[in-house]
Amino acid sequence: MSSEMKVESTGNPIIECRDVHKWFDDFHVLRGIDLTVETGEVIVIFGPSGSGKSTFIRTINRLEKHQKGDIVVDGIALTHDIRNIEAIRKEVGMVFQQFNLFPHLSVLQNVTLGPLWVRRVPKAEAEAQAMELLERVGIPEQALKFPAQLSGGQQQRVAMARALAMQPKIMLFDEPTSALDPEMIKEVLDVMHELAVSGMTMLVVTHEMGFARGVADRMLFFDDGLIVERGTPDDIFSNPKEDRTKLFLSQILQH
Amino acid sequence: MSAGSISTTLKPIRKLGPVAWLRKNLFNGWFNSILTIITLYILIRFFIGLIGWLAAANWAPVTTSPILYAVGQYPQVELFRVGICLWIVSFLFGLSWAIWGNIIRNFAIMLMVGFLFLAIFLPFELADITQTTLRLFFLSNIAVVMIGYGLGRRTVLGKARWVLVAWFLSLPAIVILLHGLPSVEALPVVETTVWGGLMLNLLIAAVGIAASFPLGILLALGRRSTLPVVKVFCTVFIETIRGVPLVTILFMFSIMLPLFLTGDIRIDRLLRALIGITLFSSAYMAENIRGGLQAIPFGQYDAAKAIGLSSTLTMLLIILPQAIRLVIPAIVGQFISLFKDTTLVSIVGLIDILGIGRSILASKPEWTSSQAEVYIFIAIVFWIFTYSMSYSSRRLEKAMGVGVR
Repeated sequence: MSSEMKVESTGNPIIECRDVHKWFDDFHVLRGIDLTVETGEVIVIFGPSGSGKSTFIRTINRLEKHQKGDIVVDGIALTHDIRNIEAIRKEVGMVFQQFNLFPHLSVLQNVTLGPLWVRRVPKAEAEAQAMELLERVGIPEQALKFPAQLSGGQQQRVAMARALAMQPKIMLFDEPTSALDPEMIKEVLDVMHELAVSGMTMLVVTHEMGFARGVADRMLFFDDGLIVERGTPDDIFSNPKEDRTKLFLSQILQH
Repeated sequence: MSAGSISTTLKPIRKLGPVAWLRKNLFNGWFNSILTIITLYILIRFFIGLIGWLAAANWAPVTTSPILYAVGQYPQVELFRVGICLWIVSFLFGLSWAIWGNIIRNFAIMLMVGFLFLAIFLPFELADITQTTLRLFFLSNIAVVMIGYGLGRRTVLGKARWVLVAWFLSLPAIVILLHGLPSVEALPVVETTVWGGLMLNLLIAAVGIAASFPLGILLALGRRSTLPVVKVFCTVFIETIRGVPLVTILFMFSIMLPLFLTGDIRIDRLLRALIGITLFSSAYMAENIRGGLQAIPFGQYDAAKAIGLSSTLTMLLIILPQAIRLVIPAIVGQFISLFKDTTLVSIVGLIDILGIGRSILASKPEWTSSQAEVYIFIAIVFWIFTYSMSYSSRRLEKAMGVGVR
């Protein structure tokens, strides 16, 4: 059960989750999630593995189906209707732990695929936009290379450019730096930082507490399928209320 | 260390001369030496036997009417149509060379060398056509390949898309050309029953490959579908066909199908064979492709969904290109099997190159001792084509960068 009051809607709620439940066969992975995300908010979700945090953000763009409760994204209700789902996916970009780049396409083709085939943008325009995005994430010179030729940090930045190419209103990050060698984590976090500062609504599942402290508006502690504690980074780091939160923080803030 | 011990502890590096190579690779140790001697003995006996056989071989069944092996009983008056088909194929190979040079170049060169060989050593003697004309015809094919290459490089024709369309359209064009149209005087109808020889094998293989590949993809996708009717149908279809020999399928189509149809509807013999072979091959193709599909990580589907691609586009743009690349060796293996299986169309009453060989042997009693010559000739012809296919497949894999990280 969540420990405190819901965040009041001050601006425009862009994501609303009400009592979201999910089961994997018999396993009750999400046990009633309530969340309202304002436009432009950066929310960091953290917690032990198996707590349901990845599953939760995957329900937002329907990579996982929720069985009970309501999810509304940008005013569109997330139901079984494929049109709603496709409309929501156009507005929500996602970056994965394993990058999931398309290995048979060049970097440029990876980034232009969405705009060309989903948003039906003409090729020249799509390529121009893609090059701008690749410059924004810092790797324009890699445009014609293939994913296998890039380092992990570069691949993840391509993945971010690919997600941003669809001009989403919301970006979901599922442990974006967990599969990276330590020296490459910073380059990815820098891009995410810039994105946050520019006003993107972001939901980030991560263990990078430095990032959370620097840029998050709110932090959610997930455990056992529920949001155990929520608050600003200051609240969470200086004044954690729940025991489980304190325990988890002590475990991950050791080094 | 003293100077003396250096020379005993360091092994000098030197290039192996032939004697040293023999000692190292063939005669290193008792066991290997004995193996080498035994192998050499077997090889020498074999080659002596081979040369003896070649000297005494009677190639008459092969050399008497080579045109039969090539085109069967196709009327010699109409052979110009086969010539035009050959021009079409040569042209398309030239065009393909221009676009996919690194894959097709060696093949195209071998093709031209083959034509040169035919022009010089002309094995054919035809009633209506002079030797010179035939030689010129084969030489002209070399020119046609080069024309195709030139056009491909310099003009707008040189786009992969158009060349694929051209290849695709060439099949019905060739069939119509060979068959003729009832209304056109210049192209009198030549019934498919007289089509034969290598031309028939190649035609059936080409149509079979072109048709079974997309059908195999559909079956593979169908088998993985979540819709129960589609999934069950595809699974039953695949498993039934895979459990039955090709001969049986051809038999069913050729003999049993007419029993089910009323007398008026007659399905052309060649069409029956084509349908049978296509269905048979597509079941195997489906399983090969399904293997490739299973190897694609789920993350690819996730990423495609996340950027909003529909299921169809995901399949076409992301999943299938990767899956098929993975199973190129299996698919080409299937194509090669299909080509060799075309010899079974004798079940349907069509006379392919193997059938021609058997008929020719049966035609003269004194040739029954020359069976080996005929079959070896046919085997060599098949080997040339199948080796070309596997060679091209290796080049294709190399060009796609598959299997090399």
